[in-house]
Amino acid sequence: MARIIVVTSGKGGVGKTTTSAAVAMGLAKKGHKTAVIDFDVGLRNLDLIMGCERRVVYDFVNVISGEALLNQALIRDKHCDLLYVLPASQTRDKDALTQEGVGKVLEDLSKDFKYIVCDSPAGIEKGAHLAMYFADDAFVVTNPEVSSVRDSDRMLGILSSKSRRAEQNLESIKEYLVLTRYSPDRVKLGDMLSVDDVQDILSLHLLGVIPESKSVLSASNAGVPVILDEKSDAGQAYEDIVARYLGENRPHRFIEEKKGIFGKLFGGK
Amino acid sequence: MSTTVKKSPLNRAALEFKSSTFSVPVLVLSGNVPDVIQEQLEKKIGLAPDFFKNSPVVFDLQALNKQGLPIDVAMLADILRKSKLMPIGIRGGTQSQVEIAASLHIPVYSVHNSFSETGSFHQDKDKTEPQPETQKTTINTLVNHPIRSGQRVYSAGDLTVTAQVSAGSELFAEGSIHVYGSLRGRALAGVQGNANARIFCLDLQAELISIAGNYKISEDLQGHLRNRPVQIYLQENSLIIKDLV
Ligand SMILES: Nc1ncnc2c1ncn2[C@@H]1O[C@H](COP(=O)(O)OP(=O)(O)OP(=O)(O)O)[C@@H](O)[C@H]1O
Ligand SMILES: [Mg+2]
Repeated sequence: MARIIVVTSGKGGVGKTTTSAAVAMGLAKKGHKTAVIDFDVGLRNLDLIMGCERRVVYDFVNVISGEALLNQALIRDKHCDLLYVLPASQTRDKDALTQEGVGKVLEDLSKDFKYIVCDSPAGIEKGAHLAMYFADDAFVVTNPEVSSVRDSDRMLGILSSKSRRAEQNLESIKEYLVLTRYSPDRVKLGDMLSVDDVQDILSLHLLGVIPESKSVLSASNAGVPVILDEKSDAGQAYEDIVARYLGENRPHRFIEEKKGIFGKLFGGK
Repeated sequence: MSTTVKKSPLNRAALEFKSSTFSVPVLVLSGNVPDVIQEQLEKKIGLAPDFFKNSPVVFDLQALNKQGLPIDVAMLADILRKSKLMPIGIRGGTQSQVEIAASLHIPVYSVHNSFSETGSFHQDKDKTEPQPETQKTTINTLVNHPIRSGQRVYSAGDLTVTAQVSAGSELFAEGSIHVYGSLRGRALAGVQGNANARIFCLDLQAELISIAGNYKISEDLQGHLRNRPVQIYLQENSLIIKDLV
């Protein structure tokens, strides 16, 4: 049985797709067969970030509507043999996704994969609901600002009441906080909430903090998940997140202002 | 996963009865004048329109019948529906009231049935220590997880939350509300008029607090009592906020 991870947020543009791509790549690099699914029908961009947009033949909607087999739609990543991408359709409307269809695809993938990462669209409408409905774990991507935190809180409420696990009275979804686009300098100036502020409001297990980093944009322009840029701070932060998710104990980094190598290494709390 | 609909072999179960408990507000009537009922109902609903919109409700006629006041059940059901409530039960009715209800497809609940007083998070029996301020019922609804933005909880008795209550969430209790964490959402105690209900919390940052319809909004809550453990109660129709320790 696969473990299904939803990467969700409520608010748009906070880094869900960046996180989905990085986490999926990280899990695959650690030797786990992983699929990453783009639930953002109509606004697909996971394939761009993964650099496989030119190899898309069939998509998620084609599979659900029976126009293609799952194996025909899955695209193998060019950097890692254990990673597969299921792209979203650019042309279809959101109603093409059905709960039954999504459930069937996830069930089929579960037979063959260890992890399934679901990149949720923004909002709390149908697409976001379907992305999280079958999840076992939720990565709640949040930026250090009030509106993003509020939307994450709302999404947490939905995870705990409207998911399959909630509806069937199973053990609840495991929720993790991924704080992205964090900028210690701006926290210090009071422009942004601090890690502690966010933790205080959400009271959620912190999986990791991803710093605001130019490397994210260059990675997405190059179509390579940022986690493969091992020299970048964001890449390392995502690597930490994957390791922590898999049970490793790693101190938090990138929370303090940059103050030389020691500050960086031992900046966690 | 069990969401796929397979062409079912004969032995595959298509349904199953499960027992679930729901928290449903009970409307206890003490007067029988239709206009007055309608007017007061609207006022109460105005306090939390979102919560009551399309909410199921059980109406309780016991107090009316004790006073010997007759009421037309069909008309009452109409008034409720007009206020966007959905009557799903009657209790404490006379034989003829119950028959009329049944003809309107409204189920009958017995007064001793705890159906209406059981919250979905209800954990049984705190009955050894009845709260003095809730004479009507000693049922306590207990919630052990954070209440998130957009969520609502209703308790027909007291409501105890052992985690935080987020901004953008709403708590309603016919009795008192206890929050062992930060209270950042809205808390409305004594929503059926119990003026003895109180609100207790470890960290007051609420958007709104209300007891029996007397409320204060966040703006009125600035100052030294914010971010502190407090209790809130009603004294001569004004809300008093006091340090808890
Ligand atoms: N850590 C980061 N540092 C700098 N820029 C970032 C970081 N994370 C994400 N971004 C940028 O923010 C933008 C949005 O990122 P992304 O597409 O991952 O968000 P999303 O939550 O998937 O958005 P949507 O809700 O539209 O699907 C992109 O331009 C991305 O490059
Ligand atoms: Mg996205």
